Amino acid sequence: MSMGSLLEMKGITKVYPNGVLANDGVDFSVRKGEIHALVGENGAGKTTLMRVLFGLETPDEGEIYYKGSQLQISSPLQAIRSGIGMVHQHFMLAPSLTVTENIVLGVEPRKGLRFDWDQAVSKVKELAERYNLHVDPRAQIRDIPIGMRQKVEILKALLRGAELLVLDEPTAVLTPQETEELFASLMELKKQGHTMVFISHKLGEVKQITDRISVMRGGRMVGVRNTAEVSEADISRLMVGRDVLLRVNKPPAKPGKKVLEVESLSLFTPEGKALLDGVSFSVREGEILGIAGVEGNGQSELVEILTGLRQAHGGSLRIEGQLCTNAAPGQLRRLGVSHIPEDRMLHGVAVDAAIQENLMADRISKPDYSGKVFLRTKDIESTAKSLVQEFNIVARSPRTPVKMLSGGNIQKVVVAREFSSNPKLVIANQPTRGVDVGAIEFIHRKLVEICRSGVAVLLISADLNEVMSLSDRLLVFYGGRVVAGFSNADAVSEEELGLYMLGIKAQESAQLKEALA
Amino acid sequence: MGSTLKGIFSVGFGYSMLRVTTPILFAALGAVVSEKAGAVNIGLEGLMLISGVTGVIVSAWTQSAWLGLLAGLVLAVLFALFMGYFHIKLGTDMVLAGIAMNVIASGGTVFALFVASGDRGISSSLASKVLPTVELPLINKIPVIGPILSGHNVLTYFALLAVVGVWYFLYRTPLGLRLRAVGESPDSADSVGISVSKMRFLALGISGFLAGFGGCHLSMGYVSWFSRDMTAGRGFIGLAASALGGVHPIGTAIASLFFGFADALSNYMQSLSIPSEFVQMIPYLATVAALGVFARRQMSRERKGKKQAGREVA
Amino acid sequence: MIRRDLVFEIGRTLIAIALALLLGFVIVLLVSEEPFNAFINFVAGPLTTTRRIGNWIEATIPLIFTGLAVCIAFQAGQFNIGAEGQLFFGAVTATIVALTFQLPMYLHVLVALLGAMVGGAIAGAIPGIMKARWGANELVSSLMLNYVFYRLGLYLINYHYRDSSAGAMVSYRLPETSWLQQFWPPTRVHWGLWVALAAILFSYLFLYRTRWGYALRMTGLNKDFAAYAGISVSAVIIYSQVISGAIAGLAGAADVLGLYRRFQWQQLPGYGFDGIIIAILARNHPLGVPIAALFLAYVRSGASIMSRMSDVSAEMVAIIQGIMILLVTAQAFLAKWRHRSVVREAKKHGLNA
Repeated sequence: MSMGSLLEMKGITKVYPNGVLANDGVDFSVRKGEIHALVGENGAGKTTLMRVLFGLETPDEGEIYYKGSQLQISSPLQAIRSGIGMVHQHFMLAPSLTVTENIVLGVEPRKGLRFDWDQAVSKVKELAERYNLHVDPRAQIRDIPIGMRQKVEILKALLRGAELLVLDEPTAVLTPQETEELFASLMELKKQGHTMVFISHKLGEVKQITDRISVMRGGRMVGVRNTAEVSEADISRLMVGRDVLLRVNKPPAKPGKKVLEVESLSLFTPEGKALLDGVSFSVREGEILGIAGVEGNGQSELVEILTGLRQAHGGSLRIEGQLCTNAAPGQLRRLGVSHIPEDRMLHGVAVDAAIQENLMADRISKPDYSGKVFLRTKDIESTAKSLVQEFNIVARSPRTPVKMLSGGNIQKVVVAREFSSNPKLVIANQPTRGVDVGAIEFIHRKLVEICRSGVAVLLISADLNEVMSLSDRLLVFYGGRVVAGFSNADAVSEEELGLYMLGIKAQESAQLKEALA
Repeated sequence: MGSTLKGIFSVGFGYSMLRVTTPILFAALGAVVSEKAGAVNIGLEGLMLISGVTGVIVSAWTQSAWLGLLAGLVLAVLFALFMGYFHIKLGTDMVLAGIAMNVIASGGTVFALFVASGDRGISSSLASKVLPTVELPLINKIPVIGPILSGHNVLTYFALLAVVGVWYFLYRTPLGLRLRAVGESPDSADSVGISVSKMRFLALGISGFLAGFGGCHLSMGYVSWFSRDMTAGRGFIGLAASALGGVHPIGTAIASLFFGFADALSNYMQSLSIPSEFVQMIPYLATVAALGVFARRQMSRERKGKKQAGREVA
Repeated sequence: MIRRDLVFEIGRTLIAIALALLLGFVIVLLVSEEPFNAFINFVAGPLTTTRRIGNWIEATIPLIFTGLAVCIAFQAGQFNIGAEGQLFFGAVTATIVALTFQLPMYLHVLVALLGAMVGGAIAGAIPGIMKARWGANELVSSLMLNYVFYRLGLYLINYHYRDSSAGAMVSYRLPETSWLQQFWPPTRVHWGLWVALAAILFSYLFLYRTRWGYALRMTGLNKDFAAYAGISVSAVIIYSQVISGAIAGLAGAADVLGLYRRFQWQQLPGYGFDGIIIAILARNHPLGVPIAALFLAYVRSGASIMSRMSDVSAEMVAIIQGIMILLVTAQAFLAKWRHRSVVREAKKHGLNA
């Protein structure tokens, strides 16, 4: 055992029931008092490794040593008792309970049989004070902003005496300001003697805050470095095994007539808060219109309305001049709208169905695939086969259930279906989220290809890099509004976009109008 | 019609409404507790049958109604945990586990009855005991209210106490907080080391305990015998009452009273010249209607945002 | 389904059945004074005489219908536990149609069967519409409607079609033209068997070879995906419940037109819940239904022979059935065994990406 190690994980192997080998003999060690980055692409196995550490997954092989002695962690409770805390990427909070209730859950102060609410509140206040993590102890979780929810998560771990804190992509959902605030808190925690594992794939942040870096790739640990001694490019090379250039070869756009016209679209919560507030824009054939913005600023709701999954409360929507506000998804599809959904597992596929059944979902009623009564099985099979080939879907056969595929290949099934329906408008929402680099490149190439063949493309992405490199024109969403528009996406800098995304700046309406046309 | 109204407003009707509400209320509270922990307990029906037949058999053996009740409760809890084991540990769908429970109980209780008494339809050959009725001092002197509230089977008062007890447990104790956290967000409970399985077991155990009271009330209070499938859907009505009452003990108690009202009405109207089939349909139709109205209201509430938007646009 | 999965599922089901039967035998050992006699009658009883084989097949017929009905609802992701009320009401409407019309031989049977389908479909449509329009939970509504249609059916028979000359509460005798003919004397096995086979074929083709069946299955597998792909989920919910109800209605008609020739139920016959067991054993596949129905009917006939020939009550079989449901639906049951083989395979092939 190396000197000063707080945690040693040795030879961790984990196979999921669907046969995915998520961790393959992984060694991982953390020194006391450091902030240690665990980086790797989506699907590299970082989260699985940490779930094993926290007792949420049982490894098939491997050992864990903590403070020098071996630990058998079979439940989160054991991890917590040993002093390991975890802040999950998706917050583990009950929305209808209060901040205090969520924090003290499981270690509630009591007065006789009762839950002692007053003492719980003062305990939370005291803790928040000590670590400079300010929260409103009486608010319900559902009413507080994301940044505060994350503080609640951290406080939860600290209340239980966590010395080692694992943060799983903590900045993914934060605004840059919230991120800075979080980093200040983490430095404070470090000063008070806590050790942290910081999972991320944002290399800038990793460089900024960590002491050492462990890199994972394809379920294996591929290297450990001192942060000060490596550059972002070095880490990036380790992560992907080669240099990636997220530059897309894009012939110049030749925009044609307007395909999608959105006019003062609005949507409200039951409480009357505006989710979309008079959104107007249009997309022309042969161009990619990108929408940038921090997640949760109305982009998802916009896409749901454009694809018929949600009803707008005001405004109008036209496809090729035809009014189709609040039409059903099937009607919109018949008008030529195709949609790569944000959450492929929720909307994009039926995982238990075969690939070919998933490929046919939008077109099964068409005369090409269905007669008056019976399906044309042969035509379905041959189309599926050629799509599987054309879109490089790695699978044994088109009859393989989708659940047997990797994330990237599942996304290719979605893309294959949505691109092969002769669309007039493609709405791509986070088209490459959580897929491997190979699939990202493939999907980007296909997006440009289909656009330049005369299809209108609306691209929504939280990945600034993606949205900037692919888009011809660019809009920025903030608070359910379009706050900025750029008729030439190449002419805008990342810093400038950031100011709009955070709502620090907004364009004048005249300037905006020009970009929206 | 006039006589119907008079009947409904009579003291006797008020009394019988409370009486028929009792088993429904127990089942409904059982449904609330398990649903709060995230498990729809469709097996309440079967659990009531099991405790009902156990109470009758054990009280006949021991000649003690209280021992009968105790045995009924113990068995109902054990079977609830047994069902829970399949759902929680082995991954059986909760609804299917509940259906299996009901299948086992509806045949198993008759089987047990046959083994114990040689009868397959009704337990009248067993000298089983009945739990006592209670006169409430002072209250029984008050006109109108006294005769309605007083003189019920002891379990009726248990049921009313259980409403308060379940409320206190769920909303005022640490364990109740954990149970609700498990139901609303199992991951969040898990992440702080609260065992989701243990809490679900606890919830199902309590649910079985309450259903046990309901079953024993039927066979050792409501009537003095056990008969095949005597719950007649009360466990299911309890589920509906819980849904209608917003899965809250107080709301559920009110919904249960409504079902008790419909049930009592059907008993009362049987004495009129309305076909008994129609009258007996009332509680079930009421459940379906209430479910529809409730779901519709829920849906229109979700659409309210639209109206507000309309105003703003105009 | 992949071959390995299929083999695993079949093996798992067989082991579950074996364990449930074993438990049944243990119970018999505990309560019976002549356990050996009870065993033999239970296991071999249904095959000992032609009449008993007939009884077995007769009992299978309605179970095929309710099994299919539940399969279709389950495949659409609907918890239809209203098959009980649907088949009861279907039996009532078949009786009414058979008694009301005077028609030539074959036509009369067909019209009566159609009547049963309409009755069952109406009973099935209500929870479907309530779910599709208002999002009302079909589980509770279909359950409650069982009791509603039970009482409504009894009312119709007892007040309008009751044969007062008969001792019991039964309907008039049906005209012979409306019978499903019995074709294998001395048993009462009737044409309902062919109707059941046709229903199996229909269900299979409908689910796997038509676009409506495709839409139904996709809705059941992932409702959000179906809606996203342009399938009208509410239409699927309604038509799946209507078709399921219509097939359930046939179960009632088969017994009335084929066996009793008059309406004589005073209780719900329980076939609806049997349908759930069958659908579970058949993994919601129509082609598995006849096997599961034959199996369940065999266990039933065995139990009833056992209760007649020994001192063990037939209700014991309910315990076996319940345990069977629990074990077959328990995902973790024997899953470790399977996980080990998955781990081996994954390591052999490396990362499954």
